[in-house]
Amino acid sequence: MRISMDLELKDTPGQLIHVLTPVSALGGNVLSIVHHHDKKTFRNTVPVYVIFDIEEHKLEELQEGLEKNGVTVVRIGKMRLRERAHILLIGHIIHTDLRQTIDTIDSTGFAEVQDLSLSMPAIDGPSSAIVTIMATGNEELKTSIALLKEIAERKDLLVIVPIDEGGLSGGQNNAG
Amino acid sequence: MQDNSSPFKLAIIGFGAVGQGVARVVQSVPHLEVVAIADSKGVALTPDLEDVLARKRKGKSIANSDLTALDVIRTVDHDVVVEVTPTNIENGEPGLTHFREALKNKRNVVTSNKGPLVAAFGELTELARAQGVALRYEATVGGAMPIINLIRDTLAGTQVLGIRGVLNGTCNYILTRMAEEALEYDQVLSEAQDMGIAEADPTYDVAGIDTACKVVILANAFFNRQVTFADVNVIGIEQITQDALQLARQRGFMVKLIGDVQELTVAPKLIPLGHPLNVSGTLNAASILTDTAGEITVAGKGAGSIETASAILSDILSLMRERD
Repeated sequence: MRISMDLELKDTPGQLIHVLTPVSALGGNVLSIVHHHDKKTFRNTVPVYVIFDIEEHKLEELQEGLEKNGVTVVRIGKMRLRERAHILLIGHIIHTDLRQTIDTIDSTGFAEVQDLSLSMPAIDGPSSAIVTIMATGNEELKTSIALLKEIAERKDLLVIVPIDEGGLSGGQNNAG
Repeated sequence: MQDNSSPFKLAIIGFGAVGQGVARVVQSVPHLEVVAIADSKGVALTPDLEDVLARKRKGKSIANSDLTALDVIRTVDHDVVVEVTPTNIENGEPGLTHFREALKNKRNVVTSNKGPLVAAFGELTELARAQGVALRYEATVGGAMPIINLIRDTLAGTQVLGIRGVLNGTCNYILTRMAEEALEYDQVLSEAQDMGIAEADPTYDVAGIDTACKVVILANAFFNRQVTFADVNVIGIEQITQDALQLARQRGFMVKLIGDVQELTVAPKLIPLGHPLNVSGTLNAASILTDTAGEITVAGKGAGSIETASAILSDILSLMRERD
């Protein structure tokens, strides 16, 4: 299960290890960490936002482990991938390292590539692929589509996005 | 105000497919009189329309005078210059000179020619305003599909927040055929060229240039912009593969070339099968998002001699009503 947590850490060096150790000890996989150094609390702690995958029944144990380490757990959110979009890619998809393109989306922590169908008609000809991205929310979906677009354009691939992604009605109608 | 029984006089400048379409459709309208027709080779004064159309069909000259198109605009008495010379997006000529001369001589201009509007929209609308005449260009976007007058007249009082659509029939025909018949781009393009749907040099359509011109016209007309072709980010359809269209279809999408006026972009987009912009063949469609009326979608024939002429005729008739 994918979990997001708002934590507070002491504003001294070397605090992050107190978060990472319990997560990894319970077999969790950290996907994203954001430090809000600019938003220091009145308790003189630093807010940190973490996203990781972990088995659901280990959550309670993790929370205890964190608090034992002096980490304040402000909020725990179970993230579900709710929003979906399909994106077409055309060009030399394989030669330009498809793996890395997918990894970049997966490493955001809020979106992942769930499905990919590829069609390669000829060795030297352009291939075509349709990628399905799932994200935790609409904004996250837009961000991940923009990210995919940026990577693909850098690789000289043609990217075809859904019409309502950033369209007239702000993407609420039909992103997938 | 003039006596409304006096004929409303037109000069048709440009006598290709659209000009000939105009000559056909105006014949059935009472109180409309074509005082001159100019093509690239000469001018016919007070033409017999059937005769001129027959001459054109046989490849004969239509000229019966020594005047040029500019002479007609300057010296022959008429109310409306119907400027239907071919679109030139490099510098708008020869249309741009015709527009300027017509407006300077206090003649209304009705056109299907995008070139002058893309090159000098601000200058031309300002000149028309200063001279107290009208510049009407419904036929430049979407052919027979009403959009410009729809927004200007019918939707007056709403604020337009966005316009986007399938604005090029050639691209739509190619993408539709590729998806439905599982044919490759090159093959469908040749077929479209054989049928007269695509030009021998198809670049203007398939590279998205024509759609971008329409985006420029709509942006200048309804978003108070001063943009030109260079401001539009354009991607055409030449790279699209049949495989990509099949993959999209398996997931319930078609690919359409979409012009987005607010974003100033032209790009192929995935359209859900049930979406109102998912029109097939050579059809055009446009969605207008307004503050109070929500989203309104229109569809219709985007090209063709008679269809484009019908849009020109609607502009002429609205000017005639304003005169009367």
